Amino acid sequence: MFAYLLRRLLATIPVMLVVALFVFSLLYLSPGDPAVVIGGDTATAEDIARIREKLGLDQPFTVQFGTWLWNVVRGDLGISIFTNLPVSRLILQRIEPTLALTVCTMVLTIVVAVPMGVLAAWKVGTWIDRLVMAFAVLGFSFPVFVTGYLLIFGLSIWADLLPVQGYVSISNGLWAFLPNMVLPSLALGMVYTALIARITRASMLEVLSQDYIRTAHSKGLSSGKVLLGHALKNASVPIVTTIGIGLALLISGVVVTESVFAIPGLGRLTVDAILRRDYPIIQGVILVFSAAYVMVNLLIDVCYTFLDPRIRY
Amino acid sequence: MTAASLDDLSDIAVARPVSLRDIVRRNPMVVAGSTLLLAMVAMAVLAPYLGTVDPQALSPIRRLRPPSAQYWFGTDMLGRDVYSRVVYGARISLTVGLSVAILSTAIGLVVGMVAGFSRPVDAVLMRVMDGLMSIPAVLLAIALMALTKASIENVIVAITIAEVPRVSRLVRGVVLSLREQPFVEAARATGTRVWKILARHILPNTLAPLIVQGTYICASAIITEAILSFLGAGTPPNIPSWGNIMAEGRSLFQVAAYIILFPGLFLSLTVLAVNLVGDGLRDMLDPRLARRM
Repeated sequence: MFAYLLRRLLATIPVMLVVALFVFSLLYLSPGDPAVVIGGDTATAEDIARIREKLGLDQPFTVQFGTWLWNVVRGDLGISIFTNLPVSRLILQRIEPTLALTVCTMVLTIVVAVPMGVLAAWKVGTWIDRLVMAFAVLGFSFPVFVTGYLLIFGLSIWADLLPVQGYVSISNGLWAFLPNMVLPSLALGMVYTALIARITRASMLEVLSQDYIRTAHSKGLSSGKVLLGHALKNASVPIVTTIGIGLALLISGVVVTESVFAIPGLGRLTVDAILRRDYPIIQGVILVFSAAYVMVNLLIDVCYTFLDPRIRY
Repeated sequence: MTAASLDDLSDIAVARPVSLRDIVRRNPMVVAGSTLLLAMVAMAVLAPYLGTVDPQALSPIRRLRPPSAQYWFGTDMLGRDVYSRVVYGARISLTVGLSVAILSTAIGLVVGMVAGFSRPVDAVLMRVMDGLMSIPAVLLAIALMALTKASIENVIVAITIAEVPRVSRLVRGVVLSLREQPFVEAARATGTRVWKILARHILPNTLAPLIVQGTYICASAIITEAILSFLGAGTPPNIPSWGNIMAEGRSLFQVAAYIILFPGLFLSLTVLAVNLVGDGLRDMLDPRLARRM
């Protein structure tokens, strides 16, 4: 087990290196010379040469990449071009809303999607099944910002049930925090719910056709016990895998959702950075999101051993 | 075997001509999807003849008119006709969707086949693909768009780069399972050249999953383009695309909801149509998967 953990951890290193290389190339290839920007209008050719030397911009690509990577590993993500603040500090300031939105969405999705999939598989071929599958197709087709605006029009403006936009920090209490989270989580969770409901149904159908399920039924277990104790447990590995892979969808969606609902998180930071071409921020956000994605999937790989004792490493 | 049963067999074996009604009854969703998609394509092609005006024509006196007989979808804050902009916007979405689907399946096919047939190349290529796949697609496309100027070509290239890793993985998986098959081994044993094995034996077998995947990529590319444009990192603002129209309506959505709702509706319907066609193709081309999903 420990050897497996170590091997799996080491396997993430080349993946993160590729991400780092891509992210670094982004700044390296970006149009405009940072030295000229920093030097300003009055800088002479010698001034610019001096700034280039000071920033290490005269070094070859590999040396620059090495220096940059070393800084990143130590938590230094560079300085924002526009605000002149350290990128790591900007990211830390904005991480709470994004984390809150992601966690709320994941919880909501899993609580809704897994029972939906189980129900559809149990009642396969009935109208319940068809309803779930129809929802799955629709959920895939409605982009997160369209769903978001539809929810705002329906539940905030027309029915006046929930706040239209904005974010209240969780430090102001759970009841102040939650109302602002409902609509964004619903909008963001739509695609994710569709995906997980679909895979839960497929995985459950596969398991429900097994002999041991018939045995469990014939020895007189209640349907609920068979479904949850025998079937869902054995169907869980593909479901959990999809939850992990689907996180990429969720992160892509976060950027848009935060713009629709005016949530001051990492997504908004990214969008503002694109409009201002603030490359260090774009780099930092991509690094953070990708690292989170890789880490969550690493955790999920480790979870397999608990879900399915047959899997040994 | 009696003559009667032989007759029965031949009766079954000969494919009866399938009538249009049979097709509709068996796959109502596919037919609905294809019809909807064809309607969108027709709308995009025939945009100038569908009662539209110049989608860029400004008319400051007629700003923010709600939908009416004259302005079917209303006018935006610059007095431009939202109906005309939405109809013309179909051109951008469909062009981007189709181009990305074709480009990324073609590139993914080559990468996947090379990786599946050469171990050293596989090790390097798949690490690169794993790395790219761990960057969420929209962020990857955003990052690439930040490097270049906004244009439709650049949007297509950026989304293609974000989609290629998935196709490569798919093709590589198919190739790896095929190369162990007896017919490939036989071809190799008789001294057939590698490229000939790839072209004759591997390629035809990758086509079915590739076509299905291509359809889903088309749907996801249409969404990604809209997201990029919505965030201001996609199609340049002087071209009406559904994402752009929605981005312009953002600040006014409490007073002029229609500016956002109409393009959003067309966007969703188009993606739905493409997804339905994709599901139908999957059911037709891969019956094993069809039963499961």
